[in-house]
Amino acid sequence: MTSRILTRRQMLLRGTTALGGLLVAGCDRLSNSPSFRGMLESAEGLSYRAQRLLVGHNALAREFKESDLSPVFRSNGTSDPDTPGYNALAADDFRQWRLKIDGLVARPQELSLDQLRARASRTQITRHDCVEGWSAIGKWTGVPLSALLTFAGLNASARYIVFYCADTLEMGADPYYESIDLIDAFHPQTILAYELNGTRLPVANGAPLRLRVERQLGYKHAKYIMRIQAVQDIDHIGGGKGGFWEDRGYEWYAGI
Amino acid sequence: MSGLQIFNAHPRLYWGQFGANTDHAALEMTAGDPAKGESLGMVRIGSHEIPTTGVLGVSKDSNGDLVERGFPAWATIPSYQDLATGRRWHFFFAWVLVFSSALYFLVSFATRHVQRDLLPTRTQWSFRSIGRDFWDHLRLRFPKGEAARQYNSLQKLAYLGVLFVLAPMILATGLTLSPGLDAGFPWLLNLFGGRQSARTLHFICATIVVLFIVIHLAMVVLAGPLNELRSMITGRYVLPPEKVK
Repeated sequence: MTSRILTRRQMLLRGTTALGGLLVAGCDRLSNSPSFRGMLESAEGLSYRAQRLLVGHNALAREFKESDLSPVFRSNGTSDPDTPGYNALAADDFRQWRLKIDGLVARPQELSLDQLRARASRTQITRHDCVEGWSAIGKWTGVPLSALLTFAGLNASARYIVFYCADTLEMGADPYYESIDLIDAFHPQTILAYELNGTRLPVANGAPLRLRVERQLGYKHAKYIMRIQAVQDIDHIGGGKGGFWEDRGYEWYAGI
Repeated sequence: MSGLQIFNAHPRLYWGQFGANTDHAALEMTAGDPAKGESLGMVRIGSHEIPTTGVLGVSKDSNGDLVERGFPAWATIPSYQDLATGRRWHFFFAWVLVFSSALYFLVSFATRHVQRDLLPTRTQWSFRSIGRDFWDHLRLRFPKGEAARQYNSLQKLAYLGVLFVLAPMILATGLTLSPGLDAGFPWLLNLFGGRQSARTLHFICATIVVLFIVIHLAMVVLAGPLNELRSMITGRYVLPPEKVK
């Protein structure tokens, strides 16, 4: 009698394991099917439109107090671009570095770090959320992107702002890049930060200049910015999905 | 399962507004050092370390090699580590859940299913009734006769808990994880005590729902799956013939 119960139990267990195995294998196959992936990815448009509808275009991300700061602000992705060009700029405290602003603007710019520091700045203590799941709170100081775009005379046909970076995350890949729409580009908390927690932006966190786009996940916050370009569409830049991680399957709209 | 894939990208849970590698984790799935007498795979809750080699912390990949990962390959979608695809599954089916549960609540209230069948009756709202049902469940003694046509008190409480406590909690804590929605609805952060607390609650509530589903499925199988399934879909339940002793 006991042995019969055991075999039945074993059969159930084996059946469940086999069924589970089939399920897992099936889901893996679906993940790699272009049409199924297309269906899954359709949710991104819905999330984007729902958030734009429900959240005011100028609604601010929460700002915290000094006492809320993370003891250590974790660095992620590239911690040092370590290319000859970047190392030369860093060795000279970025005195030779220039931020290029071009594309669909009336007055293309080349601005030095001192010129950026001389402009009106914004300081904000905000939470940085990584796509992996962790969060860190840091204090950022920088120039509002909206002021720079107005200064350069953004063309009416521009729809996206693209950021080109000095770092390459993958061997042989193009340098890191990111893009945001004009709603986020003109958001009051969207700044180009040159300070973290009251000191000059460390190399690990994107020196000399990084983007803060506070209502989106960490990978949108491009570090080591070299050039800003205003464009009408992002289809022909990089892999065509609007950013380094986007070209590798992540959402372009990372407010979720 | 896609949620476990996302969890695996950072298999640590925190309490509060922030939390990253150097901060104190309330729960962590990690690999220990066997040379120091630690288990290879373990779950650390506070200062307690539970050895879980083979399942949590360290488990076998598709080649049969032991690798460090939070949940094992058979529990995640996709089975291999791929956060981007896990997120695609998660958010697509989150929308499916939102639409289907909206429809469910609408229909269930309109047809008075909730009021008629799910709310416990006056006599069911007693410790005695719930305690008796609990004891019957443990002994796998199923209701017979007319009593089998209705949900028992433990069953009603479980359903109400999932529908009106866990499901809304999962939805609300999930929304709190979105930095975009946090800007529009900052009270979500106050409600749960921060984004990292919300992430921990999201994980706990989802775990309880998984446990509910496992127990519920087991009960359906044990109580006669065909009859139960038919009654769920059509509402027609055939009373099992009483065994003649």
